[in-house]
Amino acid sequence: MMLLSVLLILLVLISLWAVMTPLLLRAAIGLAATSALLTMIMYQLGAPLAAVFELSVCAGLISVVFVSVVSLTHRLPLKEFMKRRQSRIKRFIFLPLLLVAALAIMLTIKLPFQLQLPAADKISDVRVMLWNIRRIDLFGQIMALLAGVYGVLILFRGRKTDGD
Amino acid sequence: MVIDQLFWLFFMTFILLLIEGFYCVTVTYNLFRILIGLEVLIKAVTLFVIAAGYLSGHLALAQSIVITIIVIEVVVVVVAAGIILGFFREFDSLNVKNARRMKG
Amino acid sequence: MTYLLLFIPFAILILINLFPREKRTEPAFWLGLAVLVFQAGAVVASQFGYWGTILTSQLESVFGFNLQLYKMGHVLVMASALAGATALLVARATLKNKRDRFNFVGLLLVSLIGINGIAMVTDIFTLYIFIEVTALATFILIMLNREQAAFEGAFKYLIMSVVATVLMLAAVSLFILIGGGTSFLDVKMAVISDPLAYTALLLFLCGLFIKGGMVPFHGWLPDAYSSAPTAVSVWLAGIVTKASGIYALIRLMVIFGGLEPLQNIMLTVGAASIVIGALAALGQKELKRLLAYSSISQMGYIVIALGSGTVLGIFAALFHFFNHTLFKATLFANVAAVEEQTGTQEMEKLGGLAQKMPITGLTSAIASLSTAGLPPLSGFWSKLLIIIALWISGHYFFAAVAVLASVVTLAYFLLLQRQAFFGLVPAALKEVREAGPILLIPAVFLSLLIVVIGLVFPFMIQMVLR
Repeated sequence: MMLLSVLLILLVLISLWAVMTPLLLRAAIGLAATSALLTMIMYQLGAPLAAVFELSVCAGLISVVFVSVVSLTHRLPLKEFMKRRQSRIKRFIFLPLLLVAALAIMLTIKLPFQLQLPAADKISDVRVMLWNIRRIDLFGQIMALLAGVYGVLILFRGRKTDGD
Repeated sequence: MVIDQLFWLFFMTFILLLIEGFYCVTVTYNLFRILIGLEVLIKAVTLFVIAAGYLSGHLALAQSIVITIIVIEVVVVVVAAGIILGFFREFDSLNVKNARRMKG
Repeated sequence: MTYLLLFIPFAILILINLFPREKRTEPAFWLGLAVLVFQAGAVVASQFGYWGTILTSQLESVFGFNLQLYKMGHVLVMASALAGATALLVARATLKNKRDRFNFVGLLLVSLIGINGIAMVTDIFTLYIFIEVTALATFILIMLNREQAAFEGAFKYLIMSVVATVLMLAAVSLFILIGGGTSFLDVKMAVISDPLAYTALLLFLCGLFIKGGMVPFHGWLPDAYSSAPTAVSVWLAGIVTKASGIYALIRLMVIFGGLEPLQNIMLTVGAASIVIGALAALGQKELKRLLAYSSISQMGYIVIALGSGTVLGIFAALFHFFNHTLFKATLFANVAAVEEQTGTQEMEKLGGLAQKMPITGLTSAIASLSTAGLPPLSGFWSKLLIIIALWISGHYFFAAVAVLASVVTLAYFLLLQRQAFFGLVPAALKEVREAGPILLIPAVFLSLLIVVIGLVFPFMIQMVLR
């Protein structure tokens, strides 16, 4: 429980950094670090398979996409960047305050949850769950990936061209 | 009860991450940063699903759900990245205000 | 049958990609049309009992007690077949680029699989997956010909969609926490026993409201509709937002129908959507934006009917759902014809088109009047049933709102007709001719359906009400 609390606090702090940092590249790296921490939490909770997916896909693949987007879009000139940074600081300064306030409120009220937990699942193997019980989800995943393929084909094409 | 305390811990983390994500999406004008905010939101909800599975003893179900969420998340990010790159090619900027000005 | 509805579009999707690059556009169009004809044929055949037992036994595992209700999946499949065929024909006439036309067919099939999935799911998380598949295909469709405005429309839709995702998945995880499962039965047990699960259900409904563009969350809808290519608008307005938002709502209301606060939320959101959508439509200058706001308003009618909480209300909602596909697809096909022939869809620049394009003018008049709820067109009956359902269940105020708003509906459609189809022809439009047969066939077919259903329905109403 101690380790878990530390990991959760770190998760909030790192994602805060990812949201607040002025450089886009650092934001992408911060997000990858958030994913990595989430992986550790999942592992702690005993979900190794989901953790592997999170690590390879979110911390890996999505970071690659993000970094390539950042590198394909050009940087602002330094002067413009400093100006934007000023206005950004003004806009984002309230976020930590808001977080602290929300935390304080939640720590003081502490809603009286009386969780009535259901009976534990008969199937404890995630592979059986995914391949036998929830096979339709796999079909849905395949369709989502197909949509993604079309997305790459259409959206990452160069400028509009006439004819085929 | 330990379970209730644990649930409250996860719930607080979930709420804090949601606040970060929504704040980021609403305050910024940069498309890429909006995407970062959306990602933080999805991370928050992924954590919550796993926590729910852990607390209720249905971790297998929660894991299979998280795997599906991750696959869909990747496709959403790729499509969003495509839209952002297309926007950048059209307007030569990532700032949403430029698009509004163009529209007049 | 249930599997066929998923696997036949999937097989065709693979098949059209196997053709050689130069010759694939034509076969893709015809094969796509064949899939939609199969869908419609399957629904009609199942009415006569060929596949009915197989299809209904699947659905029966969730709610197999009421005859009108387990036909609800058929309504969605049929409506998607009609809207899809219209969208394909419009795409053939309006998308100039061969590659765009080919990709349109592919993405239409992907989102069709999503919609067929929504019609058949028995699990709340699987419902989310198919909603998301439909939405993903739709983002890309909006961007299909990469207009400047489309970036904004698609990205707004994507942002709202992710917010909806967060709400729905938070709900799903609460259901796991309390009920230990995500099937509709588990969820129902959880909702009855625990107030926390009730909150979760409300979160899920909020997600569906976003997906369906209901009023507090309707900001993305007009942008997405108006910035997409018109063929995509037909598909979006005809079925996609309704399947992913409104149909899922109807489905959930069938399962959780008896819960009082849920009904109050439905009534309030529905009434707000009806009024705000109709009033905003009055002030629009572009045809597509007007139709988008009109969609919000008509979706409001469906949701308010669900709020009545009676079987009649749910039937009326489904009937209006189907009717909305008929008249919105007709109207967007007409917009495509007008835009194709005149090159604009701003109402100020149009005028007198009824003389130049008589068939388009006639079909748009039929569809508009059906939307406004004039007898004897089909829209009249569904609106009448909605108002009766509200009145019987004692929601007199909301019934009055529904009646008054249909007057506003009539007003903005008369405005549209006067601006675009009547009055003097502007000098720039002297040379305009009627659109080609590809754009007229779907409009004429759908408006015939509107008239025929409107005329036949009174004879069936006794049977339905009993």
